[in-house]
Amino acid sequence: MSILINKDTKVMTQGMTGKVGQFHTLHCKNYANGANCFVAGVTPGKAGQSYEGIPIFNSVMEARAQTGATVSVIYVPPPYAAAAIDEAVEAGLELVICITEGIPVHDMLRTRYKMQGKKTLLIGPNCPGLITPDEIKIGIMPGHIHRKGRIGVVSRSGTLTYEAVWQLTELGFGQSSCVGIGGDPINGMKHLSIMKLFNDDPETDAVVMVGEIGGSDEEECARWIKSNMQKPVVGFIAGITAPPGKRMGHAGAIISGGQGGAEDKLAVMEECGIHITRNPAEMGKMMKHVLKG
Amino acid sequence: MKIHEYQAKEILRQYGVPTPRGSVCFSVDEAIAVAQQLSGSAWVVKAQIHAGGRGQGGGVKVANSVQDVGTLAGKILGMQLVTHQTNADGQLVRRLLIEEGVQIAKEYYVGMVIDRSKQCVVLMASSEGGMEIEAVATHSPEKIHKVWINPSSGLIDAEVDAVARHIGIPNAALAQARACLQGLYRAFVEKDVMLAEINPLVLTMDQNLLALDAKINFDSNALFRHPEIVTLRDLDEENPAEIEASEFGLSYISLDGNIGCLVNGAGLAMATMDIIKLYGGMPANFLDVGGGASKEKVTEAFKLMLRNPNLRAILVNIFGGIMKCDVIAEGVVAAAREVHLKVPLVVRLEGTNVDLGKEILAESGLPIISAGDMADAAAKVVAAAKGE
Repeated sequence: MSILINKDTKVMTQGMTGKVGQFHTLHCKNYANGANCFVAGVTPGKAGQSYEGIPIFNSVMEARAQTGATVSVIYVPPPYAAAAIDEAVEAGLELVICITEGIPVHDMLRTRYKMQGKKTLLIGPNCPGLITPDEIKIGIMPGHIHRKGRIGVVSRSGTLTYEAVWQLTELGFGQSSCVGIGGDPINGMKHLSIMKLFNDDPETDAVVMVGEIGGSDEEECARWIKSNMQKPVVGFIAGITAPPGKRMGHAGAIISGGQGGAEDKLAVMEECGIHITRNPAEMGKMMKHVLKG
Repeated sequence: MKIHEYQAKEILRQYGVPTPRGSVCFSVDEAIAVAQQLSGSAWVVKAQIHAGGRGQGGGVKVANSVQDVGTLAGKILGMQLVTHQTNADGQLVRRLLIEEGVQIAKEYYVGMVIDRSKQCVVLMASSEGGMEIEAVATHSPEKIHKVWINPSSGLIDAEVDAVARHIGIPNAALAQARACLQGLYRAFVEKDVMLAEINPLVLTMDQNLLALDAKINFDSNALFRHPEIVTLRDLDEENPAEIEASEFGLSYISLDGNIGCLVNGAGLAMATMDIIKLYGGMPANFLDVGGGASKEKVTEAFKLMLRNPNLRAILVNIFGGIMKCDVIAEGVVAAAREVHLKVPLVVRLEGTNVDLGKEILAESGLPIISAGDMADAAAKVVAAAKGE
C-alpha cells in the first residue's frame, strides 16, 4: 500500500501544453505504470488535441467526465495557477498537486478559503509532487533515485527531499511514498496531515520528516507525533545558519518576528521524541540507527 | 519588496488612513522649502531608509525652527545610519521625510501579517505603541490583541470597535479607528501586502488618530499586477549582488562567512550552509541556482561569489534530478575557466548522469576537488578554506 496515490490512480495534467507541463507529463507517463495513469490534459481552447497520446480537454469537469480522472497535477503559470486549483476543487477532484512556484500569497489565501468544507486535498503549491515508487510518479522528481519499500518521506523541499531519498535508497531502505508539500507560506496538506496518513498506512514502518525555517508546521506535527504516532520518525530542519528576516529561496522560508527558527523547531521535535539529526548527510544513517537500534 | 515610510504613508492616505502632513526631500534646500510650506512651530526630520530602528540610530529628530530643519537635514542627509537592522557600516541616507510636528496624547501599535497556520490575514493591535512588536510579544503577550480576518466579510465594524476598546482608543475616536484599520486592511488585500505596520498610531491632543510611522512589505510574486508598486522600488536600499542575482534568475543572499556555496534548490542550499557550519566553517552566501542552471547562470553565480573579498573556497553541491550532472559539470568547468578561479573549488555531484559529470570534472585539468557525499564535501571545503 501507499498513501494518496498508487498504480491505479487516474491523473489529469492542468497546463499540459506548456513546455514544463509537456516535459514532466512525458517523464511521469514513462515512469512505472504511468502510461495507464496519465489519462488526460486540460488546456482551455485545445479540446480535441492530444499530446503523446493523452487527450486534451477544455475543462477539468470535462476531463473528469470523459476519463474518470480524480487527481490533477498543475503546471499552470503563477498568475493563473490559483484559478486552476479552484477549478479542480469545483470539479470535485479528490487530490490536486500544484507544482507551480511563485503564486501570489493572497491568491492562495482566497483559494484555501474557498476550499473550506470541500473534500479536495491539495499538495503544494511550489512543490516537487509525490511518488509511490514502482507504481506512479506525479511531479518533477527524478524517478530513478527511488526504490520501493517501507519508509515514508515528507518534506517542504525539492532537492533536499531527493537527498534524503537517495540516502535511504543507498542504505537499502526503499520508500512507501514520498511527498513534497512545498515551500510556500500558504499551502495545502502540511507535515501533520501527511504524517497521519503514514501512521495509518500498514506498509509504512517509519518516516523521514524534512522541514525548514519559517512558520510552525513542524512544531504542530511534532506535538501530534508525541501523543499519537506509532512509528519512529527521523527529522531534519534546514536553515540553522539562515539569518532572520531574509527569505531563503522559498517564499515560506523566513524567520520573521523572532519565529520559525531552526533551533526552536529542532528543540520541539526532539522533545516530542523525533530522532533529529543536525547533519543533512546523515538522515539515512539516522534511520538505519533507529530501525536497527 | 520593501518601500520607504513616505511611500507607505502615501498608499495609506489613498485608503483613507490619516497621516501627518509632510513631503519627501532629497536636499537641505528642499527640506527648508517643505518646512516653510508646512508652517507651524515644530517639524520632524526623518531619515528614509528601509531598515527599522531609525530613531535610536539618530535618524529621526525634532526641529523647532525652519533653521533647525535645515541644520538637522544637513546632518542626517548623507550620514551612514546604523540601526539594529543594518550592518555595522550602516545605510547611507539619501532621502528625508519632513513632517509637521504632532502633539501626542497616546501611542498604539497596529500591524497586519498573514497567519500561516490559520491561513488568513491577522490584525494585531497593542496599547504599547512605539515599541517593537517582537519585544511586546516576548514581555507582555497579553497586551497584543489579534483579529483573524474572514476574507469574505473583511474587517467588520464590530471587530474594529472591540480591538479599539481593548487597546484604549477613546470612544470619540472610534469612527477614525474604523477608517484607519479598515483602510489598512483594504490596502493590505488590494496591494498584495505581506506585512503592514503603523507603529505608532497616535492619538493627538485634539483626539485625532494619525499614522505617525508606516511600514509596508509587498509580495514579490504579485508585482506583475502592480506596476505602480514596482516604481516605488529603491535599488539603493538593496544589496547590489542580490539585485544582480535576481536579474539572472538566481536566489542569492550575502552572509558573513568565507565559504561560497552554489546549490540547486533552496532547501538543499540551506542544508549545505548548515553542514559547512557543522564542520567548522562559515558560509559566505546562500545561492540557489534553481532548476534549470545553464552555463551562463553558473558563470554568473561564480562571479557573484568571487566579488566577496572574504571568499576563501567554493562548494558546489548539486543533486541532479531533472538537471543532469554532466550539464552542470560542463557549466562548472566553463565558468571556472572564464573567471580564472583562484580559490579552491570542491564539487559534489549526485543524481542523474553523475558518472559522466565526474568524468568531465576530472578531465578538465582544473584543480577541482571532487567529493563523494555532503559530509565529505563539507569536510573538504572547510579544510580548503583554512588553507589545509
